[in-house]
Amino acid sequence: MALWVDKHRPTNLDKLDYHTDLSAHLKKLCASGDFPHMLVFGPPGAGKKTRVVAILRELFGPGAEKIKIDQRIFETPSKRKLELNIVSSNYHLEVNPSDVGNYDRVVIQDLLKEVAQTQQVDASAQKRFKVVVIHEADLLTRDAQAGLRRTMEKYMGNLRIIMCCNTTSKIIGPIQSRCLLVRVGAPTYSEMVKVMHKVVKKEHCGPLPESLAFRLAEESGRNLRRALLMLETAKVQSHPFKEDQEIPRMDWEDFIRTVRVQILKAQTPESLQAVRGQMYELINHCIEPAAILKTLAKELIDRVEGNEIKMRFAQEAAFYEHRLRTGQKAIFHLEAFVAKIMSVYKRHLMSMDM
Amino acid sequence: MSFFAKRQTTAGSSSATANATAAAANKPWIEKYRPKTMDDISSQEQAVAVLKKTMESQNLPHLLFYGPPGTGKTSTILALARDIYGPEMIGSRVLELNASDERGIQVIREKVKNFARSTVSHNIGTQSCPPYKIIILDEADSMTADAQSALRRTMETYSKLTRFCLICNYVTRIIEPLASRCAKFRFRPLEEKHSRERLEMICRQEEVKISPEAILSLIRVSEGDLRKAIMYLQSASRLIGKDTEIDEDVIADIAGTVPESVIDGLEGCWLSKEYKTIATEVQNVIADGHSASKVLSQLHSRLLKNEHLSPLQKAKVAEIFGDMDKCLCDGADEQLQLLSMMTRVSSIAA
Repeated sequence: MALWVDKHRPTNLDKLDYHTDLSAHLKKLCASGDFPHMLVFGPPGAGKKTRVVAILRELFGPGAEKIKIDQRIFETPSKRKLELNIVSSNYHLEVNPSDVGNYDRVVIQDLLKEVAQTQQVDASAQKRFKVVVIHEADLLTRDAQAGLRRTMEKYMGNLRIIMCCNTTSKIIGPIQSRCLLVRVGAPTYSEMVKVMHKVVKKEHCGPLPESLAFRLAEESGRNLRRALLMLETAKVQSHPFKEDQEIPRMDWEDFIRTVRVQILKAQTPESLQAVRGQMYELINHCIEPAAILKTLAKELIDRVEGNEIKMRFAQEAAFYEHRLRTGQKAIFHLEAFVAKIMSVYKRHLMSMDM
Repeated sequence: MSFFAKRQTTAGSSSATANATAAAANKPWIEKYRPKTMDDISSQEQAVAVLKKTMESQNLPHLLFYGPPGTGKTSTILALARDIYGPEMIGSRVLELNASDERGIQVIREKVKNFARSTVSHNIGTQSCPPYKIIILDEADSMTADAQSALRRTMETYSKLTRFCLICNYVTRIIEPLASRCAKFRFRPLEEKHSRERLEMICRQEEVKISPEAILSLIRVSEGDLRKAIMYLQSASRLIGKDTEIDEDVIADIAGTVPESVIDGLEGCWLSKEYKTIATEVQNVIADGHSASKVLSQLHSRLLKNEHLSPLQKAKVAEIFGDMDKCLCDGADEQLQLLSMMTRVSSIAA
């Protein structure tokens, strides 16, 4: 039993539910024969990968869907062995080089050149080039990105690259100037509601109340994948759907809520001590520290009254999030953030009392 | 110009298979219209003039080209090499290494040194060519400092046999001893005149219909990067098809510039002190997939024209922008940064 998200994923460009202009453009592009390198960017759950898969299908026909996974071993100049999973079909390869961390340069250099230097043998193939899909391209190191530059030009004859990323901020200029930028924005609430209705109809599980669908869309933060997952959980919880049923949340988000309560209840060293324990708990469960900070900040901002303090919280969150990224040990920065918030909040409360 | 006429006749007369012609048609325009000889290079007069002079004297110094992407650095050295050696010799006389090749200290010691060491005769067959080889180190700023220092002595020892050409975006990343051994050429972003000439020529060759305003906006969004401009032009023509004219909106769409309405919205937010409005606006911008750095740079160009802010306020805002850019470079979360920037600016503006 596949999850609904995967089961109802559109497989070709015509079936995509929103951004129809973009789909039409992509279709023309695929038909025109010369296909550029592409950089697909957009927030998570907006449908980037779905579009990439649809493009591949449009380019190569159903053959592109017969995929296999194999493990490749790369060797760094210092004789270190790296293992990387590669998803491939006859026509394309999908890699996530950021899996190997700092050594992604080696993967880019070896793999792309190997693909680039072999020609498409099958004479009946529709296209003369192979496509390499690079996921999470914004996590590539600068070295790896530099390694892409000339490769992209030199082997244009038999290689096209499609990169997927969340933001173009971290892609170096030379790469951006070699790619066609394709922006995939998140769907709007009404588009999401439409998709949810469609899925529910296909699954034959009763009517979906309009207000529930809208609440799901809102809760997911315009992330369609998340909305569909929540919809499926909601169905398991209570079927048929009820208008006012509670929306299932992730348990770590609930946990962060208790942290928030603690912070706003008492701003004392003891309270900070308690929060530290909770933070360790979260980190031990492999929740990404940046996600903890962001969610916590959102919770806090929603709960406090007054513009000034909200803005102040937002600024502190941004400041410590930056520290978190550049620093090494997450707990320091999370705790510093909490301590700062406590002090700001306490001062705020005292000024209100006076 | 003459070169393009030549190319067409050769393509027509040669008994190229259907496959080859199809491949040529599919060639991206950035490769197809890459200048093939020194005379083809339309911009960078100064650098080209000096290089031509040195070519005549048959004595080339070591070269260091630097400048922003898309200004013709790689094209110039490739054209130069082709002019010096001709199409047959270029394979054996030129070694091109770029960031996609392994360029650790080991490679410098072995591959580069071996190539640099081998002697070449003055002329082979009928064609005469200078008695030295060229090693092109493209994207040299991504070489490690160790590898660069390994080059120092190599460059001097074999200077009779080999000339080096280093190409980079940031001259500061090249270690001083190397830089001082080279003749430096700065490649400036292309002037509007040259970009326009080139783009119009390509449009004629490819029979693309484009409005003059669209060419202008193409030049504006590419900021002197000709490769970007040509890339956008080709994408636009593919999206639109041959029959309709390309206009400004299509270019803006392809270039991924943030629509003016979005920027207006953000700028309007500065004046409100309401956290909620700012947060929703930011949320929408991020969800639509606009990159924060693009938003920032467009807001920045708007800043000077803003009528509601005093000069002092503008200066403060500029400082905040600087902070944000640094944070984004370090990989901080876009939404939080944008939110923080907006709230800080709004507390200044209000």
